[in-house]
Amino acid sequence: MAHGGEYMDDLIVEFLTETNESLGALDLDMVRLEQNPNDKELISGIFRLMHTIKGTCGFLGLPRLETVAHRAENVMGRFRDGDLLVTPAYVTLIFESFDRIKQIVAGLEETGSEPQGDDSELIEKLDAVYEGRDGNQGNSASPASAPASSGSAAAVDPLQALFDATPVLSPDQFHTIVGVPENDPAPETIKQEMAPPPPAKPAAGGDDHGAKAAGGSLAEQSLRVNVDVLENLMTLVSELVLTRNQLLQILRAQKDTEFAAPLQRLNHVVSELQEGVMKTRMQPIGNAWSKLPRIIRDLSMELGKKIDLEMLGAETELDRQILDMIKDPLTHMVRNSADHGVEMPADRIKAGKSETGRIRLNAYHEGGHIIIEITDDGKGLPLAKIKDKIIKNGLATAEEVASMSDSTIQQYIFKAGFSTAEKVTSVSGRGVGMDVVRTNIEKIGGSIVLKSVEGKGSTFLIKIPLTLAIVSALIVEAGGERFAIPQLAVRELVMASAKSQVKIETVHGTPFFRLRDQLLPLVSLKGMLNLGADDGGDTGSRYIIVAQIGTYQFGLIVDRVFDTEEIVVKPVSRVIKDLDIFSGNTILGDGSVIMILDPNGIAKAAGGADAAEAPPDKTDQKIENMKQKTSLLLFNTGDNAPKAVPLSLVARLEEIETKNIENSSGRHMIQYRGQLMPLLPFDETVDMYDSPKKPVLVFADETSTMGLVVTEIVDITEEIVNVQVAADSKGIVGSAIIGGKATDVVDIGHYIKSSNKNWFKRHGDEAFGQESTSGRRVLLVDDSPFFRNMLTPLLKVAGYNVTTLESPLDALEMRETGENFDIIVSDIEMPKMNGFEFAQKVREENSRWKNTPMVALTSHATQQDINHGLDVGFSRYIAKFDRDTLLSTLSEALVANQSQAANVRSAGGTQ
Amino acid sequence: MSAAASLEKNAGITRDYLTITIADQIFGIPILQVQDVLGEQKVTKVPLAPAAIAGSLNLRGRIVTAIDVRACLGLPKLEKTNGQAMSVVVENQNELYSLMIDKVGDVMTLSPLDYESNISTLDQQWRGVCQGIYRLKDKLLVVLDVPKLLEEIEK
Repeated sequence: MAHGGEYMDDLIVEFLTETNESLGALDLDMVRLEQNPNDKELISGIFRLMHTIKGTCGFLGLPRLETVAHRAENVMGRFRDGDLLVTPAYVTLIFESFDRIKQIVAGLEETGSEPQGDDSELIEKLDAVYEGRDGNQGNSASPASAPASSGSAAAVDPLQALFDATPVLSPDQFHTIVGVPENDPAPETIKQEMAPPPPAKPAAGGDDHGAKAAGGSLAEQSLRVNVDVLENLMTLVSELVLTRNQLLQILRAQKDTEFAAPLQRLNHVVSELQEGVMKTRMQPIGNAWSKLPRIIRDLSMELGKKIDLEMLGAETELDRQILDMIKDPLTHMVRNSADHGVEMPADRIKAGKSETGRIRLNAYHEGGHIIIEITDDGKGLPLAKIKDKIIKNGLATAEEVASMSDSTIQQYIFKAGFSTAEKVTSVSGRGVGMDVVRTNIEKIGGSIVLKSVEGKGSTFLIKIPLTLAIVSALIVEAGGERFAIPQLAVRELVMASAKSQVKIETVHGTPFFRLRDQLLPLVSLKGMLNLGADDGGDTGSRYIIVAQIGTYQFGLIVDRVFDTEEIVVKPVSRVIKDLDIFSGNTILGDGSVIMILDPNGIAKAAGGADAAEAPPDKTDQKIENMKQKTSLLLFNTGDNAPKAVPLSLVARLEEIETKNIENSSGRHMIQYRGQLMPLLPFDETVDMYDSPKKPVLVFADETSTMGLVVTEIVDITEEIVNVQVAADSKGIVGSAIIGGKATDVVDIGHYIKSSNKNWFKRHGDEAFGQESTSGRRVLLVDDSPFFRNMLTPLLKVAGYNVTTLESPLDALEMRETGENFDIIVSDIEMPKMNGFEFAQKVREENSRWKNTPMVALTSHATQQDINHGLDVGFSRYIAKFDRDTLLSTLSEALVANQSQAANVRSAGGTQ
Repeated sequence: MSAAASLEKNAGITRDYLTITIADQIFGIPILQVQDVLGEQKVTKVPLAPAAIAGSLNLRGRIVTAIDVRACLGLPKLEKTNGQAMSVVVENQNELYSLMIDKVGDVMTLSPLDYESNISTLDQQWRGVCQGIYRLKDKLLVVLDVPKLLEEIEK
């Protein structure tokens, strides 16, 4: 279409589109046929497709194509008639003809006429099989084919003559020619020349008919549309989206306008339209996979391996632009897996695996992205060889390599020209091209991660955006200019200020940042874009955008962070296309043009491209360390004594305008997210009205919110906290040393209670008598040392005998040693085993603890979580900050359990 | 417009130019290349771009690249625009460009008899972006070659 469009017949164009589709289907069908050689339906299907191609070729006057298709069809005819067994050798031959057809079709597409070429060798091979003189007599299923071979020499010429003489034949005629060869094909065909066609074999004819009818009805429901038309439509919709955004922005500024209602409608319609048009661009990822079964099949033949290709989620849809771009990388990787991943059958058996290797492709949606997994159960990446290669290529010294973790070493295969294959086969060299694969995937804003265990296999995880046209982006400001960063690359946002401990440090002028236990290289966006020198870390607070490209993490310093916005990516003008740092530009809702930053370009410009092998595996260690720490929000009140509250309890931080504070029945309220939120000054030292804006800590559970007004929010810190409980002070759990200063740790429960009397109503009202609790044994399981430290003294004061454990696993171990408890209090979010799993274990049939009441502690619970918790065996659900309810619930649950136990005992007694 | 178009067809007896002024020099842009004339616009800077690129702006939903013609001609930036700055929007290879200039004048119909294509003595930077010169009664009008000007920037 592209080249020959002007002089190419419309019919040929149509034929090409159709044939290309059929050929794709043929490849797939043929592989399936090889696996199920007796599938009659498959054979008929393939036969029909070949037949259609041949028929159309004759009609259009394409002799080369016609001849090849015809001879291949002959062979298929014998399969269909059960005359010839489907063997790998024959399938290879049929594939060979498919390839030839493709080759001719490609030439046709380019020039508008059939390319020159000699097919006689292929035709001879096909004919030999057709006539049964390929020396593979053993494959003949019926003895009837033997006489056919004797007459074969004579048969060739008349057949050829027939085709030369009659270039245009009706499909029916073809059918009969090929349909009757079981007894003596030659005389039959000659008769054919003069006599009107005998009625087609009913089975074949009927089959054909049925397929046509079915195809017809399907075709009516779908319509071929030129891609350009769709692209144009997409562009128009993008414009519409932008205009809509602009209108909505104007609307926001104007209250009470008559445009509001129609604009809302327009908004909905445009959103739906956008979705609809996006859908037209969506194609199942299976389209990119359709070639793979054939590739794997050919590979396993060539290499003498046995490989099963499993494809899951082929119906997962993604934008065709992206589909086109990942097709080649995917093919390459699957080839790699087959060639270098999966071992030879003998080696597999030696390694205790099944003879047949498995490659699995799995595609699925995950939060606006598509994840594609390519897994093989082969030998994995050979670490020793990679190490040698790293040293040999001078990428690192032997000492450095020795200190590297396995996964760091594995990442080296993404480097240019890095192949560990002993010999480069015709198929692929693992490593050769992996750098290209990575580049291609990153080009479309995706990332690739590798996991491999030597001897067990490898998994590649590819994450790509659903579409390139519309992306979610974070709007930031640097040097007075705004920029958009695709959300896909943004891992987290950190605010750093010189005053706090979260600050930017420099080494010889180069900024770094301690992100948990990792040193994050920093790049100043302002400096990188020449928007003026960076102010250094000494004034004010700045934002760090933690971006991740593959496994490489870096921080981007920006001045301000605005909102996230859905933006329509437009390519940049030709005159600035060389700037790698931008991936496009767009128009924001307020009508201004904004440049879209390309995180890859930034990483490259910052010299990070080669640092992609930066160790990603420190995470495990980090988690270990983090477990010891608690994130605390530090704030100040009027008396300047620092206060802290566990960050996990705070829902949000807000800044309210004091003029918006309303008073209702003597309480301060503010309209917040469509609800009235009670506001409470932290204590008498906080003046609610001494400045136009006040910071507020928002606490929320599933139904209510409350705001705690403070004087200043200081920082968020991660510390190992040891709380010393103060028994009497109201609103304070105790004090701890945080950042070298004595800091009060706030009891949020106290404030919530005074803001809203009903808050804890549903958790059970009054505490039961304390006397019943004394000496009771409580097991407290919580991974956070902070809460363990905070709750233990509380429970002790209330008279309980408390045992604390860090992990449910420890608890289960303790169960085995014979310990018993009256009640178990457990956190929900814990590493290794969460609270739900723990409860399930405890409630197991043979568990000694199966009747011990369990109470769940959680920071943010949804109704769903609560239901789930009750399902798996928790008796109660309590918010972490609510210590009074915890105490009352404990005693309540104990009493309930006691009476239940008593009932059971008495019931047992009467029997 | 249609008269101008037919004249254009008739072996170029006369041609219409939109005249513009930059640093007291009068220039002409073939009228058929001109899409729009704009007043001062809000322009978003494109960091790291060549000096000739002033930024990009939003023209009715299309992103237009603003070109600082003064920079292309090696002239100093205009200090103060007083909100009077003007731009001429031209299309080149399906993309829109807004040429920032000092002032827009009239449309002039010029005769090829007054046209001089030999400008080899002109400053090299100017030669790269100019087509030729028309002899007007009292001054010389330089024809701006827009595609060449953009090509220069792309380099």
